[in-house]
Amino acid sequence: MVDTSLWKKKDPDQPEISLPTLKSQRTKMGKSEDSEKKKKIKDVEISVPIVYGNAAFWLGKKASEYQSHKWTVYVRGATNEDLSVVVKRAVFQLHSSFNNPTRVVESAPFELSESGWGEFEIAITLFFYNDVCEKPLNLYHHLKLYPEDESGPMSTKKPVVVESYDEVVFTEPSESFLARVQNHPAVTFPRLPAGVTLPPPVSTEDESKKKRGDTKDHPLSQWFLNFSEADELLQLAAARQQVQAHIAKLRRQISLTDGQNQQFKPL
Amino acid sequence: MDAKDILGLPKTPLPIPQEKKSRPQKDSQRKPDGISREVYALTGGVAPLMPSIDVSQLKRRPPSDEKITWQWLPFTSSARKDDLQLYHWVRVVNGVPPTGDYSFAKYNKSVDVIRYTDEEYEKYLTDPKWTKEETDQLFDLCERFDLRFIIIADRFPTHRTVEELKDRYYSVSRAILVARAPSPGEVAGHPLVKEPYNVTQETERKRALSMVLSQTKHQERKDAEVLAEAKRIAESRMAARAAEEPDLPVPSDVGPESAEGAVGPGDTISPANVQAPAAAIAPSTSVIADNASTLASLRMLRVYLRTYALEQMVQAASSSAGLRTIKRVEQTLQDLGVNLKPKVPTKAVCAEHLELRKEILTLLNLQKQLQYKEAEGSSFRDGSYGDMPGTAKRSQRAADQDRTFVPDTISFGGDRVVKREQKRKGPGRTSETPSSPAGAHKRPRKMKASDL
Repeated sequence: MVDTSLWKKKDPDQPEISLPTLKSQRTKMGKSEDSEKKKKIKDVEISVPIVYGNAAFWLGKKASEYQSHKWTVYVRGATNEDLSVVVKRAVFQLHSSFNNPTRVVESAPFELSESGWGEFEIAITLFFYNDVCEKPLNLYHHLKLYPEDESGPMSTKKPVVVESYDEVVFTEPSESFLARVQNHPAVTFPRLPAGVTLPPPVSTEDESKKKRGDTKDHPLSQWFLNFSEADELLQLAAARQQVQAHIAKLRRQISLTDGQNQQFKPL
Repeated sequence: MDAKDILGLPKTPLPIPQEKKSRPQKDSQRKPDGISREVYALTGGVAPLMPSIDVSQLKRRPPSDEKITWQWLPFTSSARKDDLQLYHWVRVVNGVPPTGDYSFAKYNKSVDVIRYTDEEYEKYLTDPKWTKEETDQLFDLCERFDLRFIIIADRFPTHRTVEELKDRYYSVSRAILVARAPSPGEVAGHPLVKEPYNVTQETERKRALSMVLSQTKHQERKDAEVLAEAKRIAESRMAARAAEEPDLPVPSDVGPESAEGAVGPGDTISPANVQAPAAAIAPSTSVIADNASTLASLRMLRVYLRTYALEQMVQAASSSAGLRTIKRVEQTLQDLGVNLKPKVPTKAVCAEHLELRKEILTLLNLQKQLQYKEAEGSSFRDGSYGDMPGTAKRSQRAADQDRTFVPDTISFGGDRVVKREQKRKGPGRTSETPSSPAGAHKRPRKMKASDL
């Protein structure tokens, strides 16, 4: 890993000075501007809330022995925003019994539809843009086709949906990344430390030409689950209060007992 | 086969699907050549797929053209100093008995103990603590017993320790070698000269060894604990140092700072110091340092999932707790109605969750503390001397139980906590066990006002 401290100390006006020493180590960057863009902001993390999971429809009359369900596994922004601002592509690794079990999705919405009969673990690998992160990230999702309540009738209209909420955290993001996503709704932008300013974002693509990547009007969006941190926060706060009250009580009791023991301590 | 005869089964093998492996000898019914049927049956009766003993080799031996007889003949050994003639069986080939020395004579090795002359003694070897007579005796014994110093020490006429004897022997031999050598350089390579015998070191080493050997289990455990603490402190120091390194003049975040602060007290504790304060301080430094090292390792990842980060932090926070405690924390979380793994793991939620877990740990520790103190108190009151915390007397027990159980039952019905405390106490408490948590409610509570 290249020692980023070298970059920090150099004078931004004269990137050439440090170039000769770094050239041998840097394999990807050629232009001198890149070194500025790759400057990483320390002690800052930026997170992207995502939801990943599957929706499975029973095929009913049209179901055969090996194709009883039609399912879609996907990764979406938690608020249904377009993830392609950070995710370059997503690779879904299916069960080996599928043809070409490694499915690559190059653009948002990052999803994959298939038909089958079995439940298995799907490994989803997210690849990010170079300025975001050079390492991919793995998610694991257990494909669910059959409803929890086995006794209930299976319906072709209502899918079985299982989703998990998580947040992808990027540590020490590069300046260019931060600049690019400054106002993007898919990203939880952090508070920057004092004195750090970002260059203005460089508009790279014609927005209108881009394929729509958000999932707000996705056909499955009516089945998406809602994840609200408010409920969980309330729950946790209440629990903490209870525990803290007990701790206070115990501390009082302990000091009381200590006092009592002092009297009776054998000399 | 005999067995099949007895059972009355047909002799032909049943048409079970047989493997296509080619068997060297497919005789399953007829007796094989070379050994009798009964002996063959001992090996299992059926021919193994791969015969472990090659049947053809069993009886056949190349008919040797030599005539071998065994004779009872006398022999002498060069290892003996006398002319004792003993007898033994000898393999005679074609009437010619074997020649040569007794075959075991070559193992009669002995040590080259250097013998000095009297003049040499006068010149180089006098020592205030040793008389010439004693030194002579020592050397005699050394030669007799091949430098087996334990035996020599036993047989030595005056009382001397093994180390003293060794010291005298080696220093004398060394002095002789050096004296006899034409030049010092020539003997420098000799092991006796190169490595002199160090009496003090040896005595010290043996003392330490016997101490280790005679350690009780208790002491062993204590030592292991101290070593583990020392290791943890050293590791946390390393982690804190690694966490500090990438830091810049930019205001560094809390992690390294707290690790630095924590390492301060850690530095002053030397691992050899087995005191209670060390044990008390070390856990807190290790907890803080664990956090710092977790944060550092997460930062190194560059990208990670919030749930993964939470898992790591939880593990770090409960690293000092045993499995039982962790289970109790999880049980408490469930009783409080909190998901063990948050359903919406945002940054705020994860932070709250972690804090809650830590607080529960504190709570459990305080509960335990209170129990011990109360048991202590009751043992003092009763004047009973050797009571363990778990065997508090009956009269106090009800009160103790009330005070410790009430918090649990009030808040979130920590039933399981109650049950476990009961199990730990002594056998004389069988009457108490039927009191289930439900019973705790019904039992008359004595000290309510102060509790609530």
